[in-house]
Order: sequence, then structure tokens, then C-alpha cells
Amino acid sequence: MSEERRENPTPDELTARIEGRKDLKPKDRGQLPRIFWAEQDPAERVGNIREVPFAYTPIQARAEAVRCLSCKNEPCVSGCPVGVDVPGFLKLVADGDFRGAIRLIKETNLLPAICGRVCPQESQCQENCMVAKVHKDLGFAVSVGKIEAFLADWEREEGGVELPAVGAPTGRRVAIIGGGPSGLTCAGDLRRLGHEAVVFEAFHKAGGVLVYGIPEFRLPKSIVQAEVDNLAKMGVEFEFDTVVGQTFTVDELFDDGFDAVYVATGAGLPYFLNVPGEDMNGVYSANEYLTRANLMGAFRFPEEDTPVLRRDNVAVLGGGNVAMDAARTALRLGAKNVYLVYRRSRQEMPARLEEVHHAEQEGVQFRMLSAPVEILAGGDGWVRALRVQRCELGEPDEKGRRRPVPIEGAYEEIPVEIVIEAIGNGPNPLIPKTTPGLTTSRHGTLVVDEATMMTTRKGVFAGGDIVAGASTVILAMGHGRKAAGAIDAYLKSETPASSPELG
Amino acid sequence: MFRIALKQPLGENVSLFEVEAPRVARRHRAGQFVMVRPHASSERIPLTIADVDRDRGTITLVVQAVGKTTIEMTEGFAEGDEFANVAGPLGNPTHIGVPGKPEDFRGTVACVAGGIGAAPMLPIVRAFRDAGHDVVTILGARRRDLLVFEDRLGAASNELLVCTDDGSAGRKGFVTDVLKDAIEGRRARGGDVDLAVAIGPPLMMKFCSKTTEPYGVATLVSLNTIMVDGTGMCGGCRVMVDGTARYVCVDGPEFDGHRVDFDGMMRRQAMYKPEEAASLARYRERDHTCRLEAPAAAAETEA
Repeated sequence: MSEERRENPTPDELTARIEGRKDLKPKDRGQLPRIFWAEQDPAERVGNIREVPFAYTPIQARAEAVRCLSCKNEPCVSGCPVGVDVPGFLKLVADGDFRGAIRLIKETNLLPAICGRVCPQESQCQENCMVAKVHKDLGFAVSVGKIEAFLADWEREEGGVELPAVGAPTGRRVAIIGGGPSGLTCAGDLRRLGHEAVVFEAFHKAGGVLVYGIPEFRLPKSIVQAEVDNLAKMGVEFEFDTVVGQTFTVDELFDDGFDAVYVATGAGLPYFLNVPGEDMNGVYSANEYLTRANLMGAFRFPEEDTPVLRRDNVAVLGGGNVAMDAARTALRLGAKNVYLVYRRSRQEMPARLEEVHHAEQEGVQFRMLSAPVEILAGGDGWVRALRVQRCELGEPDEKGRRRPVPIEGAYEEIPVEIVIEAIGNGPNPLIPKTTPGLTTSRHGTLVVDEATMMTTRKGVFAGGDIVAGASTVILAMGHGRKAAGAIDAYLKSETPASSPELG
Repeated sequence: MFRIALKQPLGENVSLFEVEAPRVARRHRAGQFVMVRPHASSERIPLTIADVDRDRGTITLVVQAVGKTTIEMTEGFAEGDEFANVAGPLGNPTHIGVPGKPEDFRGTVACVAGGIGAAPMLPIVRAFRDAGHDVVTILGARRRDLLVFEDRLGAASNELLVCTDDGSAGRKGFVTDVLKDAIEGRRARGGDVDLAVAIGPPLMMKFCSKTTEPYGVATLVSLNTIMVDGTGMCGGCRVMVDGTARYVCVDGPEFDGHRVDFDGMMRRQAMYKPEEAASLARYRERDHTCRLEAPAAAAETEA
């Protein structure tokens, strides 16, 4: 990620770099200019919902991959929650072996088109990149995410997708509750191991946060659908409109012959600040705002029936990726002024750097060190302003982030008609509430054995945000993978439910 | 897909659907609702379940054509057609008991239904009656032809009192008048109304709650707010109850009517009024165009 766009090397230079790569010493590689990807112009892109960055061209991807130093101790791999062999696939990309590279990624990561786009690379693989360390600037890290997305797109659009081989049928059946990134990963892995996998999804479409939360301009829905279609081709079954805990319970799944259950219901319960005025018209949770715009297609209202409010002035509360998504969505829905209101300063914002950068480029106005204290409404009950208290940074909290300290008497009113709260989500309580034998933490997340992801109830595994709290897509996928392995081991150690009891 | 096994007109702008949804039918308990998305471009709307047939695997929904989605459902879907999505049963079942009394207490429950509130009231009436309570059902509508489920409610209740605003059926007056008289009449005879359950338009529920409050009669209301998912994910359905935001989908749909901020709820219900009107106008226009074009196209084909 760079703050300014720079000139890329000429095509001849790129070719020369690729052809001469074998002669380059690590020191030389570290000094090679970065390859920037093109992006939709900010002024133009706020008028559409198409993806912002354009993919690398094959030659760009290869030239960027040449910058990798192939460090022996692989610091990037240790930064990856699922341990993708980053130097390995970058080497193959540099050599032009895209097929080999995507195969290597898929050994550890089933959904690279998604991870390449939504992983916080700057705090994972790219954070540890030695090239960045040499330059003392994270912006100089090898663009692992962009190359990963390029490879997945290449496979889907040109190379032809190779589906992972499905294992010999074991006759064992696993129920996966929730069709988000964690559930999808687990389902795919279970099929590779030969188990039957049925995904129960509450909504009418699979993908979870990938379809209801993350907007089209950051993750095109056709990509998510392609991955879901691939899983279906691998034999994963999908059952929609099933709210487990309401439509049927976990116990009933066992009664129906499932041998194990994976709970991946996510963190779907939006938090509100509990400040006065939150029940006024024009106040949204980011979940609702984004679900209307994305999953329900309110961008296309009235072609699609679900509306979302469109107003000139919008405040988004929070500093994470969801806040950035909501702010940028508001711009695309025609807002003239979008304020991102955050209690701390820019440095403490948990959002991906690229999202912050894109939001700023597009004209989102950052109101840092501002704590919302009240939502003000007119006599008609519609929001007219957000009242904030100015803050300064105090001592670091337990996570090392400096605490916001309100400045006495320093209040400010921001005139807005819509307030979107993006301050986090809690775990969905439906499964814990309706399933006997599950232990929850005081945050409401499910307690699991970290080695196996098994809950306190035998045969019931869990992962993703229902275990981790609000976390990342890649961590949720990592849980799904770990759980699939553990479920496999568990099924092998257990007598099949259908076989007669001994003794 | 969820096939419409039966569709019946139930008076002006109201249709009854029996929809094949065996899983929902099996789990349903009184008071619960489903989220319905009639077709791939529709909104997801909450509809309270009026009845189930577990053997046939159907649920009964009664739909009043008021907005684009419900008008489309009643006009555009016929028996044998399918709804794209039906998810449920959602929300908490009605607590079949009297708040503040022991679980084994049996008393008199006044079930007050306004308009098509009669439909979701039916399973609640049955549940209280089956549990051994004395159920007096008060059914009201503006006119005779807007009364629905009169027979079914009559059969399920110990007593059925009907009223209409214009006096075209039953007593002339509002359900609140009948409710007030029911409470006073029973008290005069040494009895009481121990619980009131009100389902209907928000204003009707508000005034039922206001009617019972001075008598200290506990009152349940079943709220039907704007929802997207119906599982606690969006928070769009939140309503202030005793000064605290509660989610109708997961904390409700039934709440203590004396504690609900009905005015706030009605204000939020109107949040998308311009959008709803635009959506409906567009639908009507297209509908009109279709009707004009269809015969013309047919004529062209013939020629």
C-alpha cells in the first residue's frame, strides 16, 4: 500500500526483470521498484459499485513476485493464520507457473480469491515481510494479497478451476450451521476427506458476511458465488431458510443421523452505543445498512424491492473495516458528506490500511477523537445531528491502544440525517440458547478446545466469530479447516451411529 | 421453494395462503412468525403464523394487501405457485400463562383481535383454551366484510364478541369498548379478566393497552415491525420497551403492552413510506403496461 501512486516500470523493464530474476541477489531484489496495480478513479468509482482495484496483469504479477527475498525463516508464513506457503507460491508466480502457484495456495487456503481481497495483509503476511523491514516502510512489502487475488482470478477466468479431489465416501454425515467463510471452508475440507457435508443457512444465499456485509466494490459477489458453486460441485449440500435453533435444534440434527455438527453462526448481533436518540428514524446498525445494500440489493432499488435511506449527510460511527464499508457504501448511495466518527485517532483504527486509504480518497471525512454522546432528532422524529464530545489520547489500554479521554465541555454537533453504528457485533445466541451442554464465555462466545475446536459437548465443534468474537474472514476459515481435521479424527475414533451397539 | 397448497380470498384485499413448509409446521408454536421472501427481488417480510397442519406440512398465512410486497403476494401468486423463501418459525412462542400468577393458575384471558390480527390470534386462543383457561375473544373490524376468522375463533373460544365500527356486524363500536365492558362485567359478577392479549394495528394495540392499564390487567401485544433477517442480525426491528431497546425478532414478538413505546414504533414503521409508495406506483404502472400490452401482443400474434 502506498500513499501516492507512482509510475510503474515500463513493460520492457518488467520483462527484463522477469528474465533476469535468476541472477538477482536478495539485496538487488529488495531494491526493485514496487509494481502498482491500477484502480478505478475515486471520483468515478463513488458513482458505481464495481470493484475498486484492478487486478495485476500476468506480467505485473510476475514482476512483483520477483521482489520476494525467499527468506529462509519465512516470516510471512508465520504471519498467516492458515500458514499459506507465501515464498513458495511467489517463486512459482515469478516463474510464470500460475497453475502450480494456485495449487500450492489451495493446499492451505480454499478461498484465495476472497482472502486476497479481504485479509488484513498489512497485519499478517505483509507485516513481517523483510522487504518492508529493509525499507522501514510497510508499503514496500511484497503485495502478497494482490498476487493471491490475481492467481485466483486467473484460475477462474482463464486457467479453469481445478476442484479439490473428493475423498472416498465414508458414509459419515456432518451438519455445518452457517454458510459463512468458516462453514464453507469446513464443508469443503470435509468433502475432501470423504464425509458428507450439509450447510444449513438462515438466509436465502450462502456466503455469510461475504454476501451480506462486505460490499460489492470490495468483494464482487460473483466471486463468492463461484466459490459456493465450486463447493456444490464437490458435493457440499446447501439448505437455505434454516435457522438452526428455531427451524430445528442441534439435538434433532443428531436424531436425523448426523454424526457431527460444526457451529459457525458468526457474530451477527449488532451492538449499539446506548446513547439517547438511537430509536429515532435514520439510525442504522451497519449490519442492517449493509445487508439492505448488499444482500437485499437496495443499491438497485426500485428494481429490487428492499429500500435503504438515501440522504445527503451521513455519520458512520466506528473505525473498523465495517465502518469503512458503510461509509463508502453511503457515498455510493449518493451522500454528499460522509463523516467517519471515531473516538481515538487514525493510528488506533483497526481497519485495513487499504480501506482507510480508499475511504479517504473517495472523500469520506474523518472526524477523529470524537465520541458520540447523543443523536439529535427534529420534532418529526428524524435524525438531524450527531452530538460528539472531543477527546484526547490518554494511557494505553490492555490491548496497547491509547485510550480516548473526553475533554470536558468540548462538544460539537455534526448535522446529519443518517447515523450508522459500526461499533462491533456480538455472537449470535440462538445456538447456545437452544443446545444443551454448550458452555459459553462471559462474552457469549462458545468455549472450545483450541486444538480440536470441539465444544464442551461431544461431537459439536465450533469456529469463526461464534468462538473468536468479531474477528477476520481468514481466521474463521482457519477454524473451519482445523475443525474439519478434528471432525475427521473424531469420526474415525467413534463407532458409526448406524452400526449396532456392542455389548 | 415453498409451494402454495391453497389460496383463498378472505374478504377485501385479504388472502389466506396454506404454504408447504413442513419443517416450520412441525416446530411452530403459538405466537411465532416466518420471514417470507415471495420472489428473488422481493423484500423479506415477517408474517405471523395463523395455523399449521402438521400432517400436510403446511402453514397458514393471512396476508392483507397494503404495500408492494403484500399486494404482489395477494394479486400475483396463485395456488400451485411457489414463494422463494420461507424461514422460521422465528421469535419466542407465546407464554401460555398469566404474568405474576403461579404456572398452574387458570383464569380468564381476553384475546382482542383487530382486522387481520384475528389470524395470528387463532393459535394463541387455542393454546390458552387447551391449557384450561377461559377464553373470551373480542373480534373487531371497520366493517362486516373486513372481519376474518370469525368462525374459527368462535369455535376455538369459550365466548366470541364481535364488533364493527359501523355496526354492520356485532356490536357497533371499538374493540376497546367491548374489552372495557368485558372487564367491568366480569368484575361486577365477582370474576375478572386476568390477562389481555391484543393483536392488530399498532393504534388498536396501543389503545387496548391504555384500556387495560387502569384496571391493572396484564396485557400482551404482538408486534410486527420492519425486519430484514428476523434472527437478531440487523436490529431494524428494535422498539423501546420500558426505555430499553428490544428486538422484536429475538426478544419478542410479544411484549408487555403497558411498557411499549407505540408512538416510537409507529414512527419507525413509517420510515420508508416514500420508498414504499414509489415501489408500489412503479409496480402498478408496470402491471398496467403488462395488461395493455398482453392483448396487443396476442392480437399481433394472431394477425
